[in-house]
Amino acid sequence: MKAKANKAHEPFVRLVKRKEMKVWQSILLRAGAFLLSLLICGIVSSLITRKGMGYFFTTLVDGVFGTKRRIWNLFHETALLLIVAVAVTPAFKMRFWNIGAEGQVLIGGLCCATCMFYLGGKMNIYALIPIMLVSSMVGGAIWAVIPAIFKAKWNTNETLFTLMMNYIAACLTGFMITTWAPRGSGVVYFEKGNLPKVGNEFLLKIIVVAALTVIMWAYLKFSKHGYELTVVGESERTAKYIGINVKKVIIRTLILCGIICGIAGFLLVSGTNQSIHKTDTVAGRGFTAILVSWLAHFNPLYMTVTSLLVIFIDQGTGQIATLQGLGNSYSDIMTGIFFFIIIASEFFINYKVVFKFSVLKKAKKFAETVPPAPEIETEVKEKEEVEE
Amino acid sequence: MFITLLSNAIRYSTVFLFGSTGETIIEKSGHLNLGIPGIMCFGAVGGCTGAQIYMNSLTDTSQASGFVLILISILFAMIFAGAMGLLYGFFTITLRCNQNVTGLSITTFGTGVLSFWGKKMGSDGVTFYAPSKYFLQVFPTEWTKGWFGQIFLSYGILVYLAIIVAVIVAIVFKKTRVGLSLNAVGENPATADAAGINVTGYKYISCVLGAALAGIGGLFYVMDYSQGSLEYVIDAMGWLAIALVIFSIWRPLLGILGSIIFGMLSILPRYLTVTFAQIELVNMIPYAVTVVVLIAISILNKKETQPPAALGLSYFREER
Repeated sequence: MKAKANKAHEPFVRLVKRKEMKVWQSILLRAGAFLLSLLICGIVSSLITRKGMGYFFTTLVDGVFGTKRRIWNLFHETALLLIVAVAVTPAFKMRFWNIGAEGQVLIGGLCCATCMFYLGGKMNIYALIPIMLVSSMVGGAIWAVIPAIFKAKWNTNETLFTLMMNYIAACLTGFMITTWAPRGSGVVYFEKGNLPKVGNEFLLKIIVVAALTVIMWAYLKFSKHGYELTVVGESERTAKYIGINVKKVIIRTLILCGIICGIAGFLLVSGTNQSIHKTDTVAGRGFTAILVSWLAHFNPLYMTVTSLLVIFIDQGTGQIATLQGLGNSYSDIMTGIFFFIIIASEFFINYKVVFKFSVLKKAKKFAETVPPAPEIETEVKEKEEVEE
Repeated sequence: MFITLLSNAIRYSTVFLFGSTGETIIEKSGHLNLGIPGIMCFGAVGGCTGAQIYMNSLTDTSQASGFVLILISILFAMIFAGAMGLLYGFFTITLRCNQNVTGLSITTFGTGVLSFWGKKMGSDGVTFYAPSKYFLQVFPTEWTKGWFGQIFLSYGILVYLAIIVAVIVAIVFKKTRVGLSLNAVGENPATADAAGINVTGYKYISCVLGAALAGIGGLFYVMDYSQGSLEYVIDAMGWLAIALVIFSIWRPLLGILGSIIFGMLSILPRYLTVTFAQIELVNMIPYAVTVVVLIAISILNKKETQPPAALGLSYFREER
């Protein structure tokens, strides 16, 4: 047995897919990855700012929790990222790689802005807001359903299609903005038709997003629709076999995605920005949301945590950038590093690394524990079988 | 006027051509690298760093040798961009992470690094106008007169390099065993593995080489097209390069033609008397046309024009 174990070719490192990781293990691993990414961000940051690690961490925490307004802002930004992440999740769960959230949100915002531009001030605000909301939802849904129809009917590659739709949306928005304000700097501000304040300017949006997140979680976990789209994601053939209309599920799910993206666009344009711009309105949230959703394993409740972490890094490093005059690109770099570490940590959750020496050790241990007698017997048996 | 337009379009097309040739190589191995915009930014940073190192090493900058300068810049651009390609490869091939997610992070990181570095160079007073002169034109000025000279001979070295690289890649894809194996890896890695092709090796080499080529596109944009200015960000070009891969249905030779069309569409508004609003509509055309091509190839459903079948999927040998 011992000789056999040595003879068998065993690569130095081998990967084994994990079935299920214990919850405390995965939490520990992710927390470790988060701390490691903070540490690396700190090292890189102190190389750039020449201020030392202490400065990085104190400013980071101060930038996020320093004042009451900053804490509100943290939750507000988290909510805005979270709603986009929630929107893309059902599609991802169905393995429909919708990377067009950026465009879907923007079109939602554009529809809202169109209503505000033409109807703002001409009618009652409480009549206008529902119109804005509905038109945003319709706009987002249309933008999302176009790639879905082609995917369902002709299996058109959805990743590339939705990616292109982002830029078409951006150009369309640019066109509308320059039509509305030909001499402007590419931004249109709105004074009429903005969302009313509830408590303060942040609370309403946070409540809306929290409600949507819980609803989406329940939808995915308990509803028949949620079950169907999960099956389509796991195996399209199984879905067909058990009588799920795959095309219908794809189109229906993407309409849902688009509607929520539209709501996100509505909140951004009429609430947060009170203006519309080609790129700064959505500001990359559509792409970041994909990371947020993926890191949370497509569970809307976990997404609150992942989006909070992303915004934590973003706001904290933003504060350092402002104080040191480093510009937005500094937080981009830090966010990039943060993502790299977190993405890499996912590998250790999904796979187990087996080293050669540990395998040999186990084989040796096994050989020691197993009594030698039956071992010979099996070998003899094997020989007999070969002879036969 | 049309000749000027065409000549400028060909010059501008180089950014897209490098990016799309690189991305085509990567996609052929079954990897959709959405990090191309970031990688091109890295190429620009690398190329400029190389040029800066060379210029600083000289006591008298007027004695700079254009050939050495260009060589060093290209080398640095390829190393920087290739390093990002290696990072992408490590994440998606060895760690089997989601390709979209990894690519998007690289884009965030790369564009951040370029604009950060550009700002720092600006505040340090470093400019690249001097080294950029060597990139602008390869043939003597007398040759560039007349329509023939303007269309074919008036460019910098990188323009010709882009076309040569695209042709070489096309030949490798079409005529060699390496191209056939790469195709097999992108279509069905399990079968390729069973046939004795080193799947991991092919994937790594194509990820690194493709990224390195895309990086030269970034270098071109800064040194040749912007003539050493670091004002603009390259990421929009990177997305167009990814669009161009689809537009050219994964064929580098069609990519040459497609890049010229994309280049022409990008600079067209300057030659027409149009309003700002209409510029936006012209800018939309490349993306809209790409969508049309994407829909057309999926409806026609011909085997030769499809995306690689395993595009976007990680390959794990032990998973059946």
